[in-house]
Amino acid sequence: MLAADLTVILPEIILAVYAMGALLAAVYTVKDGAASLLVWTTAGLFLAVAAWIGLNGQGTNVAFNGMFVDDAFARFAKIIILASAAAVLLMSEGYMQRKGLLRFEYPLLIALATVGMMMMVSAGDLMALYMGLELQSLALYVVASLRRDSLKSTEAGLKYFVLGALSSGLLLYGASLVYGYAGTTLFSGIVQTAVHGDLSLGLLFGLVFLIAGLAFKVSAVPFHMWTPDVYEGSPTPVTAFFATAPKVAAMALFARVMHDAFGAAVSDWTQVIALLSVLSMFLGAIAAIGQTNIKRLMAFSSIAHMGYALMGLAAGTAFGVQAMLIYMAIYVTMNVGTFAFILSMERDGQPIANIGSLNMLSKREPGKALAMLVLLFSLAGVPPLVGFFGKLYVLRAAYEAGLAWLAIAGVIASVIGAFYYLRIVFYMYFGEEQDDALDSGTPPVLYGMLMASAVIMVVGVVNLFGIESVAAAAAATLVE
Amino acid sequence: MDNLLSIVTFLPMLAAVILMVFLRGDDEAANRNAKWLSLIATSATFLISLFILFQFDPQNTGFQMVEEGEWLLGLQYKMGVDGISVLFVMLTTFMMPLVIAASWDVQHRVKEYMIAFLLLETLMLGVFMALDLVLFYLFFEAGLIPMFLIIGIWGGKNRIYASFKFFLYTFLGSVLMLVAMVGMFADAGTTDIEALMTHQFASETFSILGVQIIGGLQTLLFIAFFASFAVKMPMWPVHTWLPDAHVQAPTAGSVVLAAILLKMGGYGFLRFSLPMFPVGSEVLTPLVLWMSVIAIVYTSLVALVQEDMKKLIAYSSVAHMGYVTMGIFAGNQQGIDGAIFQMISHGFISGALFLCVGVIYDRMHTRNIDAYGGLVNRMPAYALIFMLFTMANVGLPGTSGFVGEFLTLVGIFQVNTWVALFATSGVILSAAYALWLYRRVVMGDLIKESLKTIKDMSRRERAIFAPLVVATLLFGVYPAPILDTIGPSVEALVSNYQIALAEAGTATQVAASQ
Repeated sequence: MLAADLTVILPEIILAVYAMGALLAAVYTVKDGAASLLVWTTAGLFLAVAAWIGLNGQGTNVAFNGMFVDDAFARFAKIIILASAAAVLLMSEGYMQRKGLLRFEYPLLIALATVGMMMMVSAGDLMALYMGLELQSLALYVVASLRRDSLKSTEAGLKYFVLGALSSGLLLYGASLVYGYAGTTLFSGIVQTAVHGDLSLGLLFGLVFLIAGLAFKVSAVPFHMWTPDVYEGSPTPVTAFFATAPKVAAMALFARVMHDAFGAAVSDWTQVIALLSVLSMFLGAIAAIGQTNIKRLMAFSSIAHMGYALMGLAAGTAFGVQAMLIYMAIYVTMNVGTFAFILSMERDGQPIANIGSLNMLSKREPGKALAMLVLLFSLAGVPPLVGFFGKLYVLRAAYEAGLAWLAIAGVIASVIGAFYYLRIVFYMYFGEEQDDALDSGTPPVLYGMLMASAVIMVVGVVNLFGIESVAAAAAATLVE
Repeated sequence: MDNLLSIVTFLPMLAAVILMVFLRGDDEAANRNAKWLSLIATSATFLISLFILFQFDPQNTGFQMVEEGEWLLGLQYKMGVDGISVLFVMLTTFMMPLVIAASWDVQHRVKEYMIAFLLLETLMLGVFMALDLVLFYLFFEAGLIPMFLIIGIWGGKNRIYASFKFFLYTFLGSVLMLVAMVGMFADAGTTDIEALMTHQFASETFSILGVQIIGGLQTLLFIAFFASFAVKMPMWPVHTWLPDAHVQAPTAGSVVLAAILLKMGGYGFLRFSLPMFPVGSEVLTPLVLWMSVIAIVYTSLVALVQEDMKKLIAYSSVAHMGYVTMGIFAGNQQGIDGAIFQMISHGFISGALFLCVGVIYDRMHTRNIDAYGGLVNRMPAYALIFMLFTMANVGLPGTSGFVGEFLTLVGIFQVNTWVALFATSGVILSAAYALWLYRRVVMGDLIKESLKTIKDMSRRERAIFAPLVVATLLFGVYPAPILDTIGPSVEALVSNYQIALAEAGTATQVAASQ
């Protein structure tokens, strides 16, 4: 029995053992000297595990009496998480090296956070959920304040920790209420108590607190306050990481809790999520208008994008989950490219976050500017770029679930949001030449990521690389 | 050739990709190569598109040369042309080589400029050929990106404001259409335009928040599509982006905008609004007609007082598009024939007028009417061509401008004489502003010192105008080729529209009696 359980969580075990083993080995030997090597091996291991999960995963496997579920949904989310984490690690190596931030703990903390995320998307029990979430969060608190001598980075880490602890508290309180009224922490058990008629008041309370805790992790309004500060204060590679893998994990966890544990009471939570969605879309669109710091701008952009992903979830249908998964996959791809661009923004070797510094980039580096142009229009959801299809999926999911008002609100927010993406295009293409231009030359890894991401945004219009049917299969395992 | 339409559509894009990937450097030679490649590509597109015209059978009112393929999300890649769209395709392929030739003197970032126009051509052709809702939307919206860049990079002094206004205005209009499309997909289960034309959307009156929606779902869908097409057209009162965009855009950008992009709105009304939402169209026809009349009269008056030549022509475009919407919503054969004719002929005429402005702007770098006067003394050829197109703009018999205006007026007269009365006054007003513009710019003595050395049109410029002159005069004297091509399709459209209305009418009566 135990052997069967361990087989199911083998990928997680491998990563966890690797992280701890490498930590010990590095501490007793060369310490930071091995950091570069560790970054590459960690990224390589991520990709290998992702490929293994993708090629070997079959059917639905349950371990530890249902506390850990390995199904098509979890595998889909895990592959996105691992691939994006690997991409961000590779992008960060050169940057961290130049800034003197490349400690050997960095790749290993990312590895542990990734294990936590994989636990999250596979959680079949409130306790497993919490363990995964905390493993992820604790690792991320540390990497947020990696730049110890910087006031902003320390502040980012502290803010993230305090607010994260608060949200964990909310989540735990909700979990305890759910346990109290359902008599079990297993999702499959909770769904049984809800299946006969409406949720009891206690369960409803628990549900709302759970949603609040999860909304904090996906940075949905009104639980978004930490996002801009943490994005701005953290070292840029860490920001890139925050914007990608953890968002996918939290979103997938959100879908799993809602459908696996409360799938019988869809109408009770869809309205809450619809509200989170519409608030996120509008706040993300409006608050970003005044930003000149590109990292803060991307923070609000990610809030708005989470709003769209939540729109798919708010539909409460299998198609909605499929739309959400596709949206997240597209979102992550766009963000990897965008952050590759942001990482390359430097003047005299110092990172620059002001979008004014992009003035007339198209003149000096036409290829890079064009790639960023494609990404920005894709983020804004303008066809024919792939970002548009993400929006199309969630709009359709919302409309078919009878949430036409949400779809209309979403498209109006997307017009407002288009403004600030256009503003970056404006700086790159329409501005005036200035003397203090950014350093020319982009590290090959960043350049490659940026170009690959932009090309995917254009070429994906043909068939989205077949992701549609995979996401449909994944969503079908979650929602019967 | 089974995929003739795709070849025509994507040939310019192929040229753009070649430019993007293979053309290096921005010296004189590279710029020249970019221009020649673009000219060859657009000309080749025009020549190949002639095959579409030859293969096209006007008597067949269905879609022809259809290409189908699976796409994602249950959508299709489906292209085809019918009597309504084929001439817009031809207009686009016909205008683009002229547009490229008219930009021969562009100095600034030539390669990107040509790429933007080539991509724009692909997207515009796609709009007129797409037979899938989302494919249509994709082409329709994607055109914003190159146009945004064309105005923003190569535009005039106030280009930033104009480009943002252009983008956000049209984007806001079209996203509502996107929601409506999602709704149609949910309702009909398909995005195939051919199938949607026969699908009957619910037209039972219902109320939302206490407001009675007469015509039900059809009216709501109509409004959502109307929001997009009215902005694109543009109709009063959402026309304000157009003068800004025209004034700031480079000459070639203005020509494309006036000659082709504006036609997408009218094409959309004919492709979607009338055949798919007949009841919704019927309900809102009075509103659209009066908006058209206001556009005709009001923007003509506004045009009278303009100081800037491009702005004047832009307002005159809005007025002429008023005739188009009026003709379309007259809902009869003459009206719709006239509307399509007017769109095609306006493509030639307004394109030519913007080119006329471009000719003297290239020389004097001002569009201010006051800066000119007496040009006839030094530029006789220019004066002649400008006069021809001024007259065509006024709608003088013998030019193509007359046929379109006359047919729309005949069509509307059968439906609503008051609208026809006011609209006819627009003809007089257009004579006033157009002739006055001509007088101030071309006639009189040449007294301005700065104009003493101005040169007449070069051979390249004359060559650009030649096809436009021929087309304007030919279709003015002999409009049959156009009317014969569109006739059967329009007839089918009108009869389907009337049948659908009659059926919905009986359905409503039955519902009321029960």
